[in-house]
Amino acid sequence: MKKKFFALLLVLALIAVLCSVFVGCNKKKDDQIVFGLITLHDSSSTYDKNFIDAATEVCAEMGVKLIVKSGIAETNACYDAAVDLVDQGCDIIFADSFSHEEFMIKAAKEFPNVQFCHATGTMAHTENLANFHNAFAAIYEGRFLAGVAAGMKLNAMMAADATVQPIMGYVGAYPYAEVVSGLTSFYLGAKYVCPNVTMKTRFTNDWYNVQLENEAAAALIAEGCVLLSQHADSMGAPSKCQEKGVPDVTYNLSTKSDCPTTYLIGSKIDWSVYFKLIINALKNGEAIPTDWCGGIASGAVKLTELNESVAAAGTQAKIDEVKAKFEAGTLKVFDLSTFTVKGATLTSYMADVNTDAAFTPDTEAVKTATIAGTEVKYIAESEFRSAPYFGLWYGEGGVAYGIDGITITL
Amino acid sequence: MASKKINFEPPFHLTKRTDIPSWKAWLIRGVAIVVAFLFSGIVSTILTKGEFGGFFENVFLGAFGTERRALNLFQAWAMLLLIGIALVPAFKMKFWNIGAEGQTLVGALASVFMIKELGGKIPDGGLIVMMLLASIIVGAIWGVLPAIFKAIWNTNETLFTLMMNYIAIQLVLFAINIWAPNGSGAIGVLKNGSFTGAFGVNYVINIVLVTIVTVILFVYIRYSKHGYELTVVGESVNTAKYIGVNVRKVIIRTMILSGALCGLAGWFLVGGSPTPTINSNLVAGRGFTAILVAWLGQLNPFIMMGTAFLVVFFQAGSAQVATTYQIGDSSAFSGLIIGIFFIIVIAAEFLVNYNIVFKTRRKKAEAVKKTTPEKAEEKIITEEQFEEELESIGTRYFERTIAKSENFEANDTFTPQKEETSSEYALEETNTEEKEDK
Repeated sequence: MKKKFFALLLVLALIAVLCSVFVGCNKKKDDQIVFGLITLHDSSSTYDKNFIDAATEVCAEMGVKLIVKSGIAETNACYDAAVDLVDQGCDIIFADSFSHEEFMIKAAKEFPNVQFCHATGTMAHTENLANFHNAFAAIYEGRFLAGVAAGMKLNAMMAADATVQPIMGYVGAYPYAEVVSGLTSFYLGAKYVCPNVTMKTRFTNDWYNVQLENEAAAALIAEGCVLLSQHADSMGAPSKCQEKGVPDVTYNLSTKSDCPTTYLIGSKIDWSVYFKLIINALKNGEAIPTDWCGGIASGAVKLTELNESVAAAGTQAKIDEVKAKFEAGTLKVFDLSTFTVKGATLTSYMADVNTDAAFTPDTEAVKTATIAGTEVKYIAESEFRSAPYFGLWYGEGGVAYGIDGITITL
Repeated sequence: MASKKINFEPPFHLTKRTDIPSWKAWLIRGVAIVVAFLFSGIVSTILTKGEFGGFFENVFLGAFGTERRALNLFQAWAMLLLIGIALVPAFKMKFWNIGAEGQTLVGALASVFMIKELGGKIPDGGLIVMMLLASIIVGAIWGVLPAIFKAIWNTNETLFTLMMNYIAIQLVLFAINIWAPNGSGAIGVLKNGSFTGAFGVNYVINIVLVTIVTVILFVYIRYSKHGYELTVVGESVNTAKYIGVNVRKVIIRTMILSGALCGLAGWFLVGGSPTPTINSNLVAGRGFTAILVAWLGQLNPFIMMGTAFLVVFFQAGSAQVATTYQIGDSSAFSGLIIGIFFIIVIAAEFLVNYNIVFKTRRKKAEAVKKTTPEKAEEKIITEEQFEEELESIGTRYFERTIAKSENFEANDTFTPQKEETSSEYALEETNTEEKEDK
C-alpha cells in the first residue's frame, strides 16, 4: 500500500508542478508570418525532403518563420499536429501526404482564419472551404521528359549490344492514379524515342519502405529490366540499381552523389514556386487558388541534373526539343494516337475527379485539341483538378496490365 | 617459474536481496528516472549542438505547453495504459502475450467494419454499442487462439502471439484495399462512430473510462477467485493442478480477458478519436511499449498509471524537441529518448533486486565481526605447491567418500535419498579409476 501511495504521490506531484509552470505559455510573435509544414516522413525520404528543402529555402528568403513537424502519420496525429501548429501561431499550414487531407479539412473547418494547404489532395474543389486549398503540378510532363532520356539510353544500349532487350522496370508505391499516371507518362516518354520499349511494374503498397523498394528493384532486374525508375520515396531502388549497375531515373531528388555510375536523370516538383505564391498571397491579402497546378513553364515541374556520364549522346538536346513542344502546347502526353489498350485506341476515359465514397468515375477526361491544323484527341490530365486522375490499369487472367506494353505485378 | 593466484577474488560480488525497504526501492527508481532524464538531455545536447537547457524546456513545453497538448498527453496516456493493463492478467499467469499490437488492431478493424456496414443506417448510440461489442469479441478471439493452442498442445505462446500481429496487419491492409478500390491505400475519415466529444471536450470520456477499467482490473486480479487462480497458474502449474485449478480453463479464460481488453483499446482508438479511421499503423507500437510499461509497473495497475505517464510524457516532450531543433523525424527521436529511459530504469531494477558487495566493504564487515581474517587471500604459491595441494584435496575427498560409503553399507536402516546415492557411487567410481591409473 505504501508503495502505491508513494508512486501515485510522485506522479501527481510531477504533474501538478509542471502544469502550473507551463500551461498557458504561448510564444506568438506579432507580425512575422509563421509557416507550418507537416510531412509524413523526415528528410531521409526523398519525397519529404523535397518539401522540407523547398520550405526552408523559401522561408529563409522571405523572412517567414518555419515550423516543420515531420514523421506525422496519416491518422488523427495529422489533425493533432495541425491544430498544435495553429496554437503555435501558424498562419499557413501545409501537409504533404495524400491521406493527410481529411484531417486537414477537419482542422480547416475549426480554424477559418488559418490557411490550410495540401499537396496531392483531391477534395478542395468540392469541399468549398475558403481556407482549404489543394496543390499539385503537371508532373506527368516531367515524367515524360525523364522517359525521353530513358528511351535515348535504351537506344544507345541496344546499339552497343544487339542482345539487349528494351525492357524497363518501375517500382511504384500504390496502384493509385497518381502513381499510374506517373508510370504511364514515363513509359510514353520512353516510347516516344524508343518505339519497341516495354515496361514491368511492381507495387510495394507503401509510400516509403526501403526494404520493399530494394526487393522490388532486385526482382525487376532479375526479370530482365535493363533500366529502372520509381515512384516510391526511399533510396531502396536507386541503391539497388547502383549495386547492380543498372541505369536509374529518379523522382524528386538527384541521387548522383550516391549512385554516380547509374543515376541518369530525374523529374521533380519544385514546391518553392507554390510556397512563394501562398506566402505572397497571404502578405498581400489575396486569395490562395483553391486547386493549383504548376507546370513546366512556371518552373514548378523540373528535371534534376542530367548525368552526362550515363546518358546517351544528344539527350539534353532531345529533352530541350520536347520541352519546347510542351511549352508551346503542341505535344500532349496522353495523346490517344500514341498508345493502345487491349490493342484498341481509347475513345473515352471516365475519371474519378470528384471524390465520393464509392469512387465513381464522373468526368469524361478525353478532350480534343487542334494542333497544327489536325485534331488531336488526348486525355486531359490535371485539368479538371490538380491531382492526377489517369489511373488506367486492369487485371485479366491473373495478370495486371496498364496501357499496352506495361505489365504490372501487384 | 610461473606463479599462480589460486584464490582470486573479483573486486565485488552480487547477493540477491529480498528485504529491501520499499522507500529505498522507490528512491532508487526515482533517481533512475532523474538520471534517465539528464542522460537524454546530454544525448539531445550532442544532437542539437549544444542546447542543453533547451531540451528540458522543450520536453515540458511539448507535454504541457498548451491545454490541448496536456489533453493529448492524457489521451496518449489512457491508450497506452489500457493496452498495458490488458497484458497484466496474461503476464501474471506467465503467458507471454506479445500480441497486444495485433489484438488491438483487429479490435479497431472490427469497429471500423461496423461503421462501414451500419454507419448512418442505425442511430449513433446503437452504432457505438455495436462497435464496442464487435471490438471486444474480435480482440478476444485474437487473444484466445494462441491460448487454446497453448492449453491443448502446449505451443509456444510468444511466437504464436507475435506472428498473430503480422496476420492482423495484413488483414487490415486487405480490408483497406477492399474499402478503397482507388488503390490509394487509405480509407479516409469516417463520418460516424466517434464518441470522444461526449463530455464536450475531446478525449475526456476516454480518460475517465480507462481509469475506471484500470481500477476494476486491479480488483479482479487482487480480490477475485479468477485473479487468484491465474496468479497460482503463473507461480506454478503443478501447484495449481494440486489445489484443483483447471489450468486449461484458466489459460483460455485469462487470454479471452486480455484479448478483449486489447479489443477495447482498439474501440477507443477508432471511436475515441475525433477522426475515426484505420491504417496498418494505427496502434503505432503501443502494443510493444505496453509490455515495458507493464513490467516497469510490476504488473500493478496503479503503479502502471505512473509508468505509462512517464513514457507518454517523454514521447510528447521529445517529439517537441525534435520539432524545435529539426533533428529529423519526431517519432524517431522520441523512440531514442524512450529507449534511453527504459534502459536506465530497467538497469535500476537490478539494484533493487541485487546487492553489490564490494571487497573492501566486506573486509570491513569482517573486521567488525572480529572473525580471524585469513591470510590466504594474497598467497602466492609455486606450481609444484599448487599440484601438491590439488592432490591432497583429491586424496582427502576420496578418503571421505570411501568412509561415507562404508558407513552406508554398515547402516542398513539409514536410507539416503536416491539421487544422493547414485551421485556418490559415480564419484566413487571415478576416484577409484584415478587411483588405479597412478
